[in-house]
Amino acid sequence: MSFRVSFPLLVVLVLSGCSKSSGDASAPVTLLNVSYDPTRELYEDFNTAFAKHWEATTGKKVSIRQSHGGSGKQARAVIDGLEADVVTLALAYDVDMLHDKAKLIPEDWQKRLEQNSAPYTSTIVFVVRKGNPKGIRDWDDLVREGISVITPNPKTSGGARWNYLAAWGHALRKPGGTEATAQAYVEKLFRNVPVLDSGARGATTTFAERGLGDVLIAWENEAFLLTDEVGRERFEIVVPSESILAEPPVAVVDHNVDKRGTRAVAEAYLRYLYSEEGQELAARHHYRPRSAAVAQRHAARFADVKLFTIDEAFGGWRKAQAAHFDDGAVFDRIYVPQAR
Amino acid sequence: MSSPHRVLPGFRLSLGFTWAYVGLLVLIPLSSLVLKTVSLSWPQFWDTVTAPRALAAYRLSFLASFAAALINVVFGLLVAWVLVRYRFPGRSLVESLVDLPFALPTAVAGLTLTTLFSAKGWYGQHLEALGLKVAYSSLGVAVALTFIGLPFVVRTVQPVLEDIDADVEEAAATLGATPWQTFSRVLFPAVLPALLSGFTLAFARALGEYGSVVFISGNMPMRTEIVPLLIVTKLEQYDYAGATAIAVVMLVASFLLLLVVNLLQRWSHRRLETRPGT
Repeated sequence: MSFRVSFPLLVVLVLSGCSKSSGDASAPVTLLNVSYDPTRELYEDFNTAFAKHWEATTGKKVSIRQSHGGSGKQARAVIDGLEADVVTLALAYDVDMLHDKAKLIPEDWQKRLEQNSAPYTSTIVFVVRKGNPKGIRDWDDLVREGISVITPNPKTSGGARWNYLAAWGHALRKPGGTEATAQAYVEKLFRNVPVLDSGARGATTTFAERGLGDVLIAWENEAFLLTDEVGRERFEIVVPSESILAEPPVAVVDHNVDKRGTRAVAEAYLRYLYSEEGQELAARHHYRPRSAAVAQRHAARFADVKLFTIDEAFGGWRKAQAAHFDDGAVFDRIYVPQAR
Repeated sequence: MSSPHRVLPGFRLSLGFTWAYVGLLVLIPLSSLVLKTVSLSWPQFWDTVTAPRALAAYRLSFLASFAAALINVVFGLLVAWVLVRYRFPGRSLVESLVDLPFALPTAVAGLTLTTLFSAKGWYGQHLEALGLKVAYSSLGVAVALTFIGLPFVVRTVQPVLEDIDADVEEAAATLGATPWQTFSRVLFPAVLPALLSGFTLAFARALGEYGSVVFISGNMPMRTEIVPLLIVTKLEQYDYAGATAIAVVMLVASFLLLLVVNLLQRWSHRRLETRPGT
């Protein structure tokens, strides 16, 4: 019985598998967008919008599948052979690895689209309990005695690396700041961290559901989600005086689109993120749009904050990764006693 | 190893199949693991696997798994005993509850346990008052591992207990044995091999557990970081060789431990069979 049902299905699957590479006009093209966790809702809306746009302009149908997970895990899946047409990840370092480990994309991938290939951005903010009982206003309040800070482990969570770098960048850039004072600041900060969750959602749960911690360091879009989902009566967002510009990048995976014959539609898909409609959807899902016109419309949502980029403060992701997150680098030294 | 009398034909075929199956499913994947570490030089390998952080993680993983398996041996035996020897209302419910840790996604188990044992949770608030911190401590790791290991002990001991007739206990009693003697000289030796298997299964399962532990442990390096998490951490840095190096250490250590337990089990089996009167 089950064989009889599944056999035609199998035939269909096999046939559709064949037709994909030949670019048959009658069969809808499929794209696989491999993304990280908090973009699920954004891309659900964007995929519908793009499919409509693509059919209107070219007359062809396209269906887009999404895959979500931790940014690093998703990148490793693509390196190990998951046939993503496009990747939309949390940090450029994970996309860099598609070049370094598997040569799936050229080294200069980030220059192929405007604005460092990041069509939308975010920043790092604080979430505190309603009424801000501990009076947390800025980065320096996080290292006060008796403040408990929740942030995920930057070694296992790509997103949390932005949290760490925002903290470091603030300490480095403030008057009198040096590498040494920045390190001292970050060490003090992590001494106030009671739990290192392995991912951003875990940290949010620890803060929101377990009631642990006075302040949660989070991406702005996650912070909005938290305050919107559970209502504004339990939490509020505190925007520090200065923070990092988090640039989640997007890229076409050359090796895969050339093999599957989907380059044109994959490139159009990513370019559409920069369009009026793409930018509007990003803003509605709490990401900061790049387009000035769209940003203007949502100006009330996104607090004015001085932003520095990873290139300005750290010289790019590769350098930041090597100096801070590799084994034996700064972050490890906070926890592991050093042999002298 | 094979007995001279073989009732069923096809021993060669089935042995060949067994080797091929175990080889394809276990041996080849594990050898590829070892091969990945070859890209490390010997000193690099040694530095990776003996880093203080790695040592702390081995210690936690092995001790917590051992403690959890031990707890399960004691209480699992008790549960199995009650389930086999007594008929009470709700018995079938308890039966199925025991299996739940098998089926539950481990992340769900981790989240649930963390909610219960955190400072605001049902258990946690009372334990905290006693000065016991379970969630986000190594104690929490042991709790999670005990939870996932329970069915292994119960399910291995249960059939053996079912095979022991109540007559045996009665016979011991008529021969003048005290209840303690009945337990320690008659029942315990009979279930010991099964208990050891249960222990091994629970222990092995606990060593590899990741999903539930990362929620309750707090993942602090040097303090509450288990080995599987350390491996994931290395993967997250695209340090494939480092991750596999740690994995190989775990593999060898687990294999040796399982080997020892298996030998112990065989020894207890043999002792049981050669005892006079049985």
